[in-house]
Parts: sequence; structure tokens; C-alpha cells
Amino acid sequence: MTALRTAIRRISLSWTAWHTTAIIVFGAFALGLLPFVKMGLVVNGAILGAIIAVGAIGLTLIYGILNFANIAHGDYMTMGAYLTLFIVGGALSALGMEAQGFGPFTFGYPTLIALPIAVALVAAGAIALDVAIYRRLRDRGVSAVVLAMASLGVAIALRGLVQIVWSGDAQHLPRQSKPVFHLPMDVRVPPDAIFVALVALALVSAVYLTLTRAKMGKAMRATADNPQLALVSGIDTQRVIWWTWGMGAALAATAGILLAVFQAQMLPSMGWRFLIPLFAAAILGGIGSPYGALVGAFVIGVASEVSTQWINPSYKPAVAFGILIVMLLARPRGIFGSSG
Amino acid sequence: MALLEVSNLVAGYGETEILHGVSISVDEGEIVTIIGPNGCGKSTLMKAVVGLVDVRSGRVTFSGADVSALPPQRIARSGLCYVPQTDNVFPSLTIRENLEMGAFVRNDDFSERMDEMFDMFPDLGSRPSLRAGSLSGGQRQMLAIARALMLDPVLLLLDEPSAGLSPGMVGSVFERIRGINRAGVSLLLVEQNARQALSMSDRGYVLSSGENRLEDEGQALLDNAEVARLYLGGSRDRTESDSPK
Repeated sequence: MTALRTAIRRISLSWTAWHTTAIIVFGAFALGLLPFVKMGLVVNGAILGAIIAVGAIGLTLIYGILNFANIAHGDYMTMGAYLTLFIVGGALSALGMEAQGFGPFTFGYPTLIALPIAVALVAAGAIALDVAIYRRLRDRGVSAVVLAMASLGVAIALRGLVQIVWSGDAQHLPRQSKPVFHLPMDVRVPPDAIFVALVALALVSAVYLTLTRAKMGKAMRATADNPQLALVSGIDTQRVIWWTWGMGAALAATAGILLAVFQAQMLPSMGWRFLIPLFAAAILGGIGSPYGALVGAFVIGVASEVSTQWINPSYKPAVAFGILIVMLLARPRGIFGSSG
Repeated sequence: MALLEVSNLVAGYGETEILHGVSISVDEGEIVTIIGPNGCGKSTLMKAVVGLVDVRSGRVTFSGADVSALPPQRIARSGLCYVPQTDNVFPSLTIRENLEMGAFVRNDDFSERMDEMFDMFPDLGSRPSLRAGSLSGGQRQMLAIARALMLDPVLLLLDEPSAGLSPGMVGSVFERIRGINRAGVSLLLVEQNARQALSMSDRGYVLSSGENRLEDEGQALLDNAEVARLYLGGSRDRTESDSPK
């Protein structure tokens, strides 16, 4: 009994020790590099990190609560972007709502109207996919790998669907060029980046408030902790599953729209290519932990942007992959992962 | 009529059948204890009653209604609450959040009930925003019981509430259990600490290999020579095999 208690104390001690060491080493490393790094790349990386964060928090929630590695998460992003394009170019344009250059931003107010509609559609679609496919598999008691493979199928199908409807060519939301903000240290911030940062901040805060304040958010965390105990407490876990899909997919769709705005274009493969950074961020922070995914996203975003100062930008995705491999070898449960 | 009536219950996992027709009942206001060797199906019986294990045949009725086919969350709502032996709190949630989850299906203001729980278990009330994962074994057990009490259950099922606790803590847990019963909650217990549990029970059942073996008043089971030899013996050895002839 006492031996057990000492062991527990030792583990918790080494846990804090790991945190302190990691923060000091990482902080010193980052600060040491700073004079050699272009600030513009850091700012760009932070914006990219904000988009990764919105996507990765959804991914990590779905993984933590449903124990489901959603390979189709990137394609939910793509769907969000293309549905926005569809609503802006189709329905709103038919209603005579056409405009670009809302305030300082390149896009027009129709995009702002289309955004919540597209997000809601993707969330509803994700819940429908759960009812149509994943719930049946769960009821048969299949393993997590089978579920992941099913979502790979969904990913390929969604990408194919986008290509059929909108072709494989690059598309963009109606836009108008706007002056870039010039900041000291040769930092140039496009106005849309401000929009991306604001939306990401609002969503991350909303997720935090939902998980800590709302009854359903707490039930999500309870289900992630112990699904059986959640059931015997009277929690309707099927409803928790649908809320989780809705929230996760809504975040993914928003991330896709933000990416389309930030990159000023969209491609059918945009979300699929984003999957590695998403998983890298989620695993870096400890998969299942939303706060971890937030930190992981900024590390991945800044690291991949800053890397372009020394290596060819086409290797950028490899940076996220490299961090993912090192992390899996060194500390598979991530920086904030709670248990092995 | 009995509050809980389990008749000829057959249940198990996958290919394995664990319970081969068990019958027990709990009357209103009673404390009933189930004892038996490890692997005899005590925990499976509880899980089958609360809906976590599928009932293959037989019936479970609670307050006169058949609940054998209901999902766990519906059974909990009907006033039959359950505390598992292990993993019985949400470790990453705070004490207060654990209790809120216990009251998940309540739409009324349950803050009064929560205050009652904090009075009953002062260790919990003193630091309600502490994460459950950082609690000691005894405090966890208290929190697990308090979580189940948040729904104001009519019947509480406790699976080995004293398992893994220090001897001092065991006494304190049993004291609370008696208090809960005095407050009007009927109790069904599974216990390794058979002597202590039977001494405060109205009735007891002895299970063996998934079947009823004996049923009697708590004190009578304690005095029964066979029960004493097989299940209450001075040693705390695990009796895996069936009893000798």
C-alpha cells in the first residue's frame, strides 16, 4: 500500500519535472532561434496555427469522446469551404446578394452569411453519416481500426464528390484586393488573417466554455472518461455522440472556410493535405486533450512556416510529419497527455 | 410485492454464460448482501440488473415494471442507481462536476441535494473543485456513492464498496451505507467483507457458479456453519473452486 503510494508520488513528481524541463528547453530553443528568424514567418505560422487549432480541436474531441480516429476530418474541412462557395455563388447570388471587399477584408458580406449555413450543413452531414454508417459499425462492436478505415472510405468519397461537382481546378470565393497591414520588423499581415485569428479565437473560447460550463459539454468529458459510468448515471450517450460529431464537424468546416479565405483559393485536396498537420497537432498535445491540440497547433503552424526560411517550401508538410514521428518516438502520449 | 425482483436470470458475455438462472429479491427498506466466491457472478448479476450486460432469459422487475430490456440510462432514471467496483468516478472531472453528472437527468434545481451530499461527505464538500482523479481510494468511493445518490434513488446497488480500502476506511464506508439505508434507500450489496456486510444486512444470498446456493437472514447466514466454513473462514483466501461434498 505504501509502496504503491510512493510509486504514485514518484510518477506525479516526474510528470511535473517533465513539464518544467520541456517548457524550459523548448522556450530556450525558441528564444535562441528568434533573432535568426523572420518575424513575418512567425506571424504567418501563428495564423496557420490558428486554423490548425480549429481543425485539430474537433479531431481530438472526436477521438477522445468517441475513441474514433476520423480520417475524413480534412474532407469535412473541404466540404465546409466548397459549400460556402456554393451558397455564395448560387443561392445568395440568385437573391441578388453579390459583393466583395467587406470592410478591410477581401471577401464580401455574402461569405459571412454563407459561413454559418455551410458549417451547420457539414455538422448535420456528419451526424447523418454517423447514423448511416458509423453507428451500425459500433453496434456490431467493431474495433477502432475498422471505424478509422470506414472514415477513410468516407474521406475518399467526399473528395470524389467535390471533384465531380466543382471539378479539380482551383476555385476561390469572390474577392477584391485589399491593402496589407505593415507592422514593424518587416511583418506584413493580410487583413483576412485578422479575420481568421478572430474567428479562431472565438471558436476556441466557445469550445472551452462548452466543455467547462454547459451540461452537454461536461457530459462529453464524462463520456470520454468512462462511457459505462456515463450510461449508468443516466447520460444518453447516443446524444453525446451526436453532439460531439456536430461540434467536431462544425469546427472542421469552419477551419476549411478559414483556410480557403487565408490561402485565397480552394482545391478538392485542400483538407486531405491538411490531415497530417491536424493529427500532428493533436498527437503533439496529447490526443484527446483540447488544450493540448491548441498548443500543438501553434507549434506545428509556426515550425512549418519558419522552416521555409531554410528549406524549400514544398517540404513544408514534411515538417509536421517529422515532428509527429519524433513525438511518437519520444513521448507517444503527447505534451499534455494524461495517461499512457 | 418486492421492490426488485430478479427471477431465473440468465446472462453472460459473448460465448460465456455466467449466470445460469439466478433469482433474488429486495424489499423496500432492506439491506440485502450477495456473497460468494470470486467468479461466481456477483458483479455480472449487478451489471445485468442495471442493463450493462444483456439479459438472455429471465426477468428483472423494479417497482412492478419489467426493466430487463431497458438500456442503462433508462433504468437509472427509474430510480435504480449503481456504483461499480472500479472506475466509479470521472477522473478528469471535478468533484462538483461528478455530482452534476450524477444528476444529469434532473432538470430541477439540485443544488440542495448537492449540499446534502457535501454535508454527508465533508471530505468532498471541503474542496468541490478538486479533480476526482487526485482523490484517495476512500474519498473516491465516497464520491462514487454520492454521485449515485444525486438521483435520489429508491434502490442503490453497491459493488464491493469496501474493496481496496484501509481497515479504518472500511468501517467508515459501512457506517455511511447504514446511514443511507436509514434515510430510506433500499440497498443491494456485493461484498468481499462478508462478515461485516452480513451483520448489518436484513437478508443475504450465497451465489456459487452462477446459481443460487443459499438464502437467509443476514444473522442466520453468519451463524450457518457451512457458510462460515466456506465464505467467512478466518483466512481471506479466494475460493475459486466449488465446495467439497
